[in-house]
Amino acid sequence: MNDGPAPHDRMGLELNLEELEVDMPTVEKILLSFIREECRVAGYEKGVLGLSGGLDSAVVCALAARALGPENVTAVVMPASTSSAQSLADAKLVIDQYGVKSRTVDISPMAEGYLSTVHNVNRVRRGNIYARCRMIVLFDTSADEHALVLGTSNKTELLLGYGTLHGDMASGINPIGDLYKSQVRAMGRHLGIPKPILEKEPSADLWAGQRDVDELGATYEMLDLILYRLIDQRYSISRLIESGFDAKFVRSVRERVRRNQFKRRTAIIAKLSSRTIGPDFRLPRDAAFSLDRDGESHPQGSV
Amino acid sequence: MNSARPLVRLAQFSPGLGDVPRNLEKMIAFVREAEKDGVDLVVFPELALTGYTLKDLVPDCAIDLAAPEMHALREASRKVSIAFGFVEETPDHLFFNSAAYLERGEIVHIHRKVHLPTYGLFEEGRYFAAGDSVRSFNTRFGRLALLICEDIWHLPIPYLAALDGALAVLVLAASPTRAVTGEGKAKNTIAWERLLLTYASSLTIFMVYANRSGFEDGVGYWGGSEIVSPAGEVLVKGAYHESDAPTGIVDFDHVRRERIHTPLLRDERLRVVMSELTRIMTSRQHTSANAEVESSS
Repeated sequence: MNDGPAPHDRMGLELNLEELEVDMPTVEKILLSFIREECRVAGYEKGVLGLSGGLDSAVVCALAARALGPENVTAVVMPASTSSAQSLADAKLVIDQYGVKSRTVDISPMAEGYLSTVHNVNRVRRGNIYARCRMIVLFDTSADEHALVLGTSNKTELLLGYGTLHGDMASGINPIGDLYKSQVRAMGRHLGIPKPILEKEPSADLWAGQRDVDELGATYEMLDLILYRLIDQRYSISRLIESGFDAKFVRSVRERVRRNQFKRRTAIIAKLSSRTIGPDFRLPRDAAFSLDRDGESHPQGSV
Repeated sequence: MNSARPLVRLAQFSPGLGDVPRNLEKMIAFVREAEKDGVDLVVFPELALTGYTLKDLVPDCAIDLAAPEMHALREASRKVSIAFGFVEETPDHLFFNSAAYLERGEIVHIHRKVHLPTYGLFEEGRYFAAGDSVRSFNTRFGRLALLICEDIWHLPIPYLAALDGALAVLVLAASPTRAVTGEGKAKNTIAWERLLLTYASSLTIFMVYANRSGFEDGVGYWGGSEIVSPAGEVLVKGAYHESDAPTGIVDFDHVRRERIHTPLLRDERLRVVMSELTRIMTSRQHTSANAEVESSS
């Protein structure tokens, strides 16, 4: 495994992330209301999340504890046989700091139960199976505790498709899905996330020694800046190249964003009727009012 | 009076979504093939150069009239005339759902879609600016008009094109299949076919309809491109739900004969239309002004 810096950090480009700065007290305020309001609309007072020991889930845990109260948040720690001991220790650090409830579920038996029936499983498939086992545990905990599953995917990984469909990408609501990784880190600092977590090398921890930087081909700082300019600022590829980014890499990022759109939306449906779920059936998810205006009044209708 | 009898081919194909270079290549190959077959005019569907469901890709796929893609298609039009749909970007960065008519290497006419459907599964009003003119134009075959899909669901648009002298209206479409019923054809297919027949016979013009095929994000396009004569006969018909290239003669003399037989356009009463339209518009303005006063009181 390559332990050196990622190839695209050697482009001789000074990365100035100032343009990605957002006012953290304001963002925190918005996200706390988001968690409270969206839980309430969905009919939940409690939240549940998978706590990996990494930065993203620590930030969601801290936000949820503030929004819903620590007694209403369950952090589920779900180690597999390949998980590092450090991850478990870091998860414990977060639970202690924010005083949330916790469960530990070893997913090895369920994962191995399936894995023993298949052959030649490479580490990517194995990683996806772990991520989907964790999804099963989270949604079952959701049913058990009547708690909404809080997503922990950040904007960088959602755009790049660096996550498992129906695995870690599955959630009821996601407070940090519009924050790039470096913005999540800034939010972590603002929220007082324990230092070891803030400073450790980002990893999906699906196999020993896995590092995001190796898999993504660049640091998050580099990727965030490219994505921010491409997606948020709508700069053209040629403008990015002019400003010093490697042409081939920038194009590969754009291609990766495009190729992974399927992960960011529900399965497309073959259109037959005049009102198909997706293209022309567009009921807002948060609608609280009864659709039957002639019938009895519904308690939620007074919202 | 000598009339032209161009051989017209409807390019009922499936453009790649957002893939301008590949679509351009396909379109030029299609024109070359048509040239070999002695075709005089190729009509491509709406947004043929870009695909339809572009959403956020609209600006990425837009071209201006001096773009290399336009140049390449102009070059291809030296022998075979070409009508096609594309995203047009103006110097002040408005994006139009446009159609171009190219002939002998020149841009003869640009039509900007006037009616942008923004209901049901359609969201064109979110992405495009709306055109504000309907003009017919002269070609080497005779006077034509170019309209795009939803334009012809509004009665005045084909009416204006015919009054402005068009003998044939080219309708470029990206019409999705929906409302499949027990009758074999989807409801909107039946409605489209009725509409084309009705315009052809009531305006005594050719309706030349090029619809696309293929799927985008689960939504399929039903094809069924056709040429309808001024007598309301379907002269050629493309396959449903797949690619095809129906080809037929648009005999402009047929318009002459039909108009001698049934001189509907001669008997149009433009003054009646104008005075009644003016009256209705004025009364509508009063109604909406009154409504504003009432709601603010």
